Amino acid sequence: MRDMKLGIMAEFESPEALLLAVSKLREMGLRKLDAYTPYPIREIEPLLEIKRSYIPKVVLAMGLVGAAGAYTLQWWCAAVSYPLNVGGRPLHSAPAFIPITFETTVLFAAGTCFLLALYAAGLPRLHHPVFEVEGFESASIDGYWVAIAADDPKLDALVAERELIGAGATRVVQVNP
Amino acid sequence: MTATLSSAAVTREDTDVLLGRPTDAALTDQLIAPVLRPGRAFKPLLIVTGAGTLFLFSVVLYVATTGIGVWGNNIPVAWALGIVDFVWWIGIGHAGTFISAILLLLEQKWRTSINRFSEGMTLFAVVQAGLFPLLHLGRPWFFYWLIPYPSTMGVWPQFRSALPWDVVAVSTYLTVSFLFWYLGLVPDLAVIRDRATTLRRRRVYGVFALGWRGSAHDWHHYRIAYWLLAVLATPLVLSVHSIVSMDFAISQLPGWHSTIFPPFFVAGAIYSGFAMVLTLLIPSRKIFHLENVVTARHLDSIAKMLMVTGWIVTYSYAIEIFIAWYSGNGFERYVHLVNRPTGPYAAVFWVMIACNCCTPQIFWAKKMRTNTTVLFIASILINIGMWTERFILIVTSQMRDFLTSSWHMYKPTYVDLSLFLGTLSFFSFLFLLFLRFVPFIPVSELKELKFELHKEDRGGHA
Repeated sequence: MRDMKLGIMAEFESPEALLLAVSKLREMGLRKLDAYTPYPIREIEPLLEIKRSYIPKVVLAMGLVGAAGAYTLQWWCAAVSYPLNVGGRPLHSAPAFIPITFETTVLFAAGTCFLLALYAAGLPRLHHPVFEVEGFESASIDGYWVAIAADDPKLDALVAERELIGAGATRVVQVNP
Repeated sequence: MTATLSSAAVTREDTDVLLGRPTDAALTDQLIAPVLRPGRAFKPLLIVTGAGTLFLFSVVLYVATTGIGVWGNNIPVAWALGIVDFVWWIGIGHAGTFISAILLLLEQKWRTSINRFSEGMTLFAVVQAGLFPLLHLGRPWFFYWLIPYPSTMGVWPQFRSALPWDVVAVSTYLTVSFLFWYLGLVPDLAVIRDRATTLRRRRVYGVFALGWRGSAHDWHHYRIAYWLLAVLATPLVLSVHSIVSMDFAISQLPGWHSTIFPPFFVAGAIYSGFAMVLTLLIPSRKIFHLENVVTARHLDSIAKMLMVTGWIVTYSYAIEIFIAWYSGNGFERYVHLVNRPTGPYAAVFWVMIACNCCTPQIFWAKKMRTNTTVLFIASILINIGMWTERFILIVTSQMRDFLTSSWHMYKPTYVDLSLFLGTLSFFSFLFLLFLRFVPFIPVSELKELKFELHKEDRGGHA
C-alpha cells in the first residue's frame, strides 16, 4: 500500500515465517498490511491482495505512440516537407521507414516502463518514514518485515504484538506510538 | 521434475548454479565485499587504464582537429578501421542483452550471477562503438544534423538510408541497456546503502538507490516492469546488429550485397560477446573468489553458447562462399574465391578461419568447457577472430571491386591503431570503475534464486 501510515512493524528471519505471520494477521481480520523483503516473494502477493500492475497497459500505449510518431515524422519529412525524387521511387517509401519506427517503439515503451517502475514504487525520494524504524536496514539484506497500518480498524496493538512474537518475530516495533 | 530428482540435481556440483546454501547475510556480504573493501590492485590498474583513456582522448582531439585524413582510409576503401572497430565493439555489446533479457525470458537459472556483469560490459562496449561513427562524420560537432529537428536549412535526414537507421538503433540500444541495467541495480544499491560503513557512502548510495524500500507492492510493479523491459530488449538484440549489417547489405559491393547478413551478423555478435564475457569473467571470478556463485555450470553453458554461435558463423562463411560461386557473378566470385583467401590480406582471412571456426571445436570435450585456462585463451582467440572477420569483410570488398583501374591497397595508419588501443583502455577503465563501485553480481536476484532453489530442494513448496 503506498504511503500508508505505519502502525506496527515486525521482522522475521525467513520468507516462510513472514508468510505464516501474514496469514495469521489476515485471520485476525487485519487488511491494511504490507511487507518489506530483500527480493520479490510472489507467494505474498495474493495474501496482501495486490492488484495486477497497470504498467503493461501504459507501456503498450506509449509504444504505439512511439510507433505512430516515428512513422509520421519520417513520412512527413520524406514525402511532404522535403520530397526528394530518387530515380522515380515512391516518396512514401514504407519499407524504408520500418527500422526507425520499430526502434522508436521500443525506446518509448522502455522509457515508459522504467519511469513507471520508479513511479509505482514511489521513487525517487531521499527519505521515507519507514527508514526511521529501528533495524529496518535489514529489509534489503536478510530481514523479512511485515507492516500493519496505524489506521487499520481491526488493529489492537497489544494483541497484534503478542501474535507477531508468537509467530516467531525477531523484532516488533511500534511506530509512532 | 519430481522432488527427488530435483533435489538430487541441485546438490550435484557440476550442475549447480550456486554452490552451498549460504545465509542471506553471508551471501550479501560476499557479493558487496568488492565495493566495501576494494583490493589493493585497483589503484594501479585504474592509473594504467586511466592513462590509456587520456591517451585516447588526445588521439580523438587530434583526429577531430586535424580531420580524418590522418586515417588510412581513402577512396576506394572509404570505410576501414573506424567501421571495423565500431562493428567489433557493438557486436561485443550483444551478449549482455542476450544474457540478461533472452535468458531471463527462457527462465535459465545460469543467467542470474552473470547478467549484471555482462550488462555492464554491454554498456561500456556500446560507448566505445559510438565513438567511431561520431569521428567518422569528419565534423563530429555537427552530429546533431542526424536528428530530425526543424532547422533553418529546411532539410531533413534521409530516412531511406541505412545510416540514420544505425543512429537510431545504436542510441536506442544504449538507452534501453542503460535503463535495464539501472532498474536491476536499484535494489542492490539499496543493499549497499544499508550495509555502508561510512556516512558518506551511505548518502551517496542512498541517492543512487533513489529511496528504494522494497515493499511487496513495489516489488510487484518492479518485477513486472523488469520482465517487460526484458521483453522489449529482446528484439533489440536481433535488430541492432541486423541494422548495422544493412549498412553493408543495401550497398551493391561484391561481398556486401547479401541477404544472409542480418542473421550472420547477429550470430557473430553474440559469439564475440560471449567470448568477451569469458575474457572478463574468468579473471574477476578468480580475483574476487566467486567460484561459489559463478560455478562450473556457468562456464560450461557459456562454452556451449560459443559452440552454437561459432557453428552459425562457420555455416555463414560457407554459405557466403557457396552463393558467390553459385551466383555465377564474376565480381562476387573474385572477392570470395580469390581475393579473400589468396589476396594481399589472405593471412588475416586464415587467422579468421582458424580463430572463429576451429577454436570452438575444442569445446566438444566437457573437460575443456570447464577449464578456465583453456576457456580464457579460447575467448581471446575468438575476440581476435571476430575482429579479423570485420576487417576482411569491410576492407577486402572495397579494395578490389568492379574496375581494376580503381583497385587500391589499404593500410591502416598509426592513428587508426592508436584509436583502437585507446578504446580498449577506456573500456577497461570503465569496467574497473564498475567493478569497484557497483555490486556486479546481482545481490537481490541471487538471494531470490537461492529461495527458489531452496523451494526446489524441498520439493516445490515454500
